[in-house]
Amino acid sequence: MQHRRVSTLLIGISLMLAACAQGPRTSPTSPPVAGEQPRPGGTLTFVVASEPPSFDAHRETTYAILHPGSPQYSTLLRYDPNDLTKIIPDVAASMPEFSPDKLTATVKLRTDVKFHDGTPMTGEDVLATYNKIVFPPQGVASARQGAYAAVESMSATKDTIVFKLKYPSASFVASLASPWNWIYSAAKLKQDIKWYEKNVGPGTGPFVFDKYTKGSDWTGKKNPDYFGKDKNGTQLPYLDGYKAIFIVDVTAQVNAIRGKTAQIEFRGFTPEQRDTLARALGTDLAIQEAPWICVNYITPNTKKAPFNDVRVRRALTIALDRWKMGEDLQKITSLRDIGGLMRPKGPFAMPDADLAKIAGFSRDAAAAKQQARDLLKAAGQEGLKFNLLNRNTPTPYEPLAIRLLDEWKQVGITVTNQPKQTTAYFADLDSGNFDVALDFNCDFLDEPDLQLAKFYSVSRVGTTLNRAGFNDTKLDGMIDAQSRETDPEKRKKLVWDIERYAMDEMAYMSPSPWWFRIIPYSNKVRGWKVGSNHYTNQDLVSVWLAP
Amino acid sequence: MQRYIAGRLLLMVPTLVGVAVLTFMIMRLVPGDIVQLRFMAGGGTVSRALIDAERHRLGLDKPMLEQFTDWMTAAARLDLGTSLWTNRPVIEEIGLRLGLSLELALLATVIAIALALPLGVIAALKQDTWVDYAIRVFSIGGLALPSFWIGILTILLLLTVFRWLPPLTFTPIWEDPVQNLAQLIWPALAVGYRYSAVAMRMTRSSVLEVMREDYVRTARAKGLGERLVVVRHALRNSLLPVVTVISLEFAFLIGGLVVTEQVFNLNGIGKLLVDAVVNRDYTMIQGLVLLLASVFVIINFLVDMLYLVLDPRIRYA
Repeated sequence: MQHRRVSTLLIGISLMLAACAQGPRTSPTSPPVAGEQPRPGGTLTFVVASEPPSFDAHRETTYAILHPGSPQYSTLLRYDPNDLTKIIPDVAASMPEFSPDKLTATVKLRTDVKFHDGTPMTGEDVLATYNKIVFPPQGVASARQGAYAAVESMSATKDTIVFKLKYPSASFVASLASPWNWIYSAAKLKQDIKWYEKNVGPGTGPFVFDKYTKGSDWTGKKNPDYFGKDKNGTQLPYLDGYKAIFIVDVTAQVNAIRGKTAQIEFRGFTPEQRDTLARALGTDLAIQEAPWICVNYITPNTKKAPFNDVRVRRALTIALDRWKMGEDLQKITSLRDIGGLMRPKGPFAMPDADLAKIAGFSRDAAAAKQQARDLLKAAGQEGLKFNLLNRNTPTPYEPLAIRLLDEWKQVGITVTNQPKQTTAYFADLDSGNFDVALDFNCDFLDEPDLQLAKFYSVSRVGTTLNRAGFNDTKLDGMIDAQSRETDPEKRKKLVWDIERYAMDEMAYMSPSPWWFRIIPYSNKVRGWKVGSNHYTNQDLVSVWLAP
Repeated sequence: MQRYIAGRLLLMVPTLVGVAVLTFMIMRLVPGDIVQLRFMAGGGTVSRALIDAERHRLGLDKPMLEQFTDWMTAAARLDLGTSLWTNRPVIEEIGLRLGLSLELALLATVIAIALALPLGVIAALKQDTWVDYAIRVFSIGGLALPSFWIGILTILLLLTVFRWLPPLTFTPIWEDPVQNLAQLIWPALAVGYRYSAVAMRMTRSSVLEVMREDYVRTARAKGLGERLVVVRHALRNSLLPVVTVISLEFAFLIGGLVVTEQVFNLNGIGKLLVDAVVNRDYTMIQGLVLLLASVFVIINFLVDMLYLVLDPRIRYA
């Protein structure tokens, strides 16, 4: 607690000093103009706000491994760095081909891919990689194994890998582009299945691992044998190398960009930090912003009275004027866009007009507040009091909680904010020791299978996913149905039905305003586009530095 | 004397065992565990089976007594185990940071002594003059301003005026002394100022006290010059409390510069300890607390030995 207060004080003091020392607030600038000729050479220095616990992306869930490590690895498919909504082949020679029954996916592989130790990559390596992810042996952790539940078996030839599915899966192709699925060497995995947990590489990515100094930095050098070329036939990557500096303190991160010691931090800053940098660096700074696939869920404990009463849960969500919350909170936090269970402005987002018909999304705030009061009265819960379990992260959790407290106070609910240090927060979430909690979710992809995983019955996925603790076989069936629907338009409608049911009819969990990413960076950095998540597009293959 | 020293050395063992037992128990009373944090803090969706398997792998599902016995048995062989977070030996993780923390503590101590002793003595000799007032204001400033805040101001000043930021990655002194100093001198100044303030006030009051002693009057009466009186008689005798303060501050600096380390992005012991507590990395916390307790115990012992040198009247039975 003391530490958090000191950190908050640090940020506050530095922002105050910066505000006093500088001129007026500067508006965000546009990213550098596209169409310039990439220039080879140079070393990109970027900040990473935490350190990876191990080197194995298959087992970890933190971006802290992806930012320094991704440049050393390839994946089977990837997101196009020029259009981050599009999936393209990486070590695959082409996109997967499906059998007519959609139960067999065949992926042809490139034959010119080499590991950094000089050995050629074959289907055996891709098969060993996916076996480790989908069917990990005893004692090997695979964090996203559940995302491949549709896979029945896999086989490979020298230049092909074949996936047999138990049922058609709408998210399967996207899951092959997961930034976590680094291709590993079968020989190394055979030698020691935990090789990549303890060692960096060999990979097949655009950069070769150079050095990692714990607590300090991680460096990589250009891979001269990388298989990728740009549209003009120029050998990729453009950069000679990169250096990732680990800086935990946010003030020090901002100072690193401001002092030009580092050129970019890829996860994101707050609006205040962006403005501080904009004032200090002026035209030397470029800024990119994008909606983020991260959201906080207001999560009532459905196992506990009075939150086992749907009227109380509906009152909690209806009482919130989300549209105004988004307007206000975006000035001080990374919260902005209003949406349902799928990211606003994303491919599965419900249109605003439909969203406004759902409990808690009405444009008529006064009427909604009255409706919330009526529901509480009907449930015999006028003057309801409860504790809000919160994470003690200064932003966006604390300002969000303050706003929620205010919104609920307006309908007669008295709430005590209980911010807890992250481990204690998780312990309470996991054991159901809370009245209402601020849960959260971040994903690498706009994909209902990922974003709706928290809405499966607790008996099916446990409290590590379903924090609200409800069981609902109807909802399970609805989520399964959308997962197997391969027609995108039909699937979208199924997802919207789920949103109406889960957020309105049952009011199990409801989202706060969604996050948005703010990346202020040196205007010399080119060839990098902000995406809707901080996991993909981190291999730096297309990044270059202007003189 | 030798028996006294042997006794003091032997007493260190139960002290450290007590520290180990307390740390082990207290950390396990705090809610939350490392596995949840590792797999969930990023917002991902992982299964209960994965969480349980990882807890089993780390031995966190064993009875507490068994965990304690395993750890103490290994510690008796000087094996502090492996970090639950990084899976690397605790000794190795500490070793990586100890150099930086020691160097910073030494630099800050040198700065503190260089400021505290002359200014403390001058303030005492010029008691209640404008010189004394100026030095007292300077020292109270050091006590009142947190060193991390001075650190922030220093960085902002360097950025605003010189458009320069100290290096953010550590270079050992034997690789590049200039780069090393360019990084560490600023936190050392920020910490050394506060540290010097404590020592300066202690020096001033101690010298004032000694200057009123009979032997100082005797020294003056036998015609010794004021400089000799101060240096040979007053200063040496007034050093006992000053040495105690400086030594304990030095021990504190090894692991206590958490916020300053964050401000200057220093990869030191303080940051490692905070990370370990936040991550509930039990083995790392236990190893670090043992290390810091050992530093305090050893420094206390050395200070007691130093008393013998500084004041020949002291005898340990």
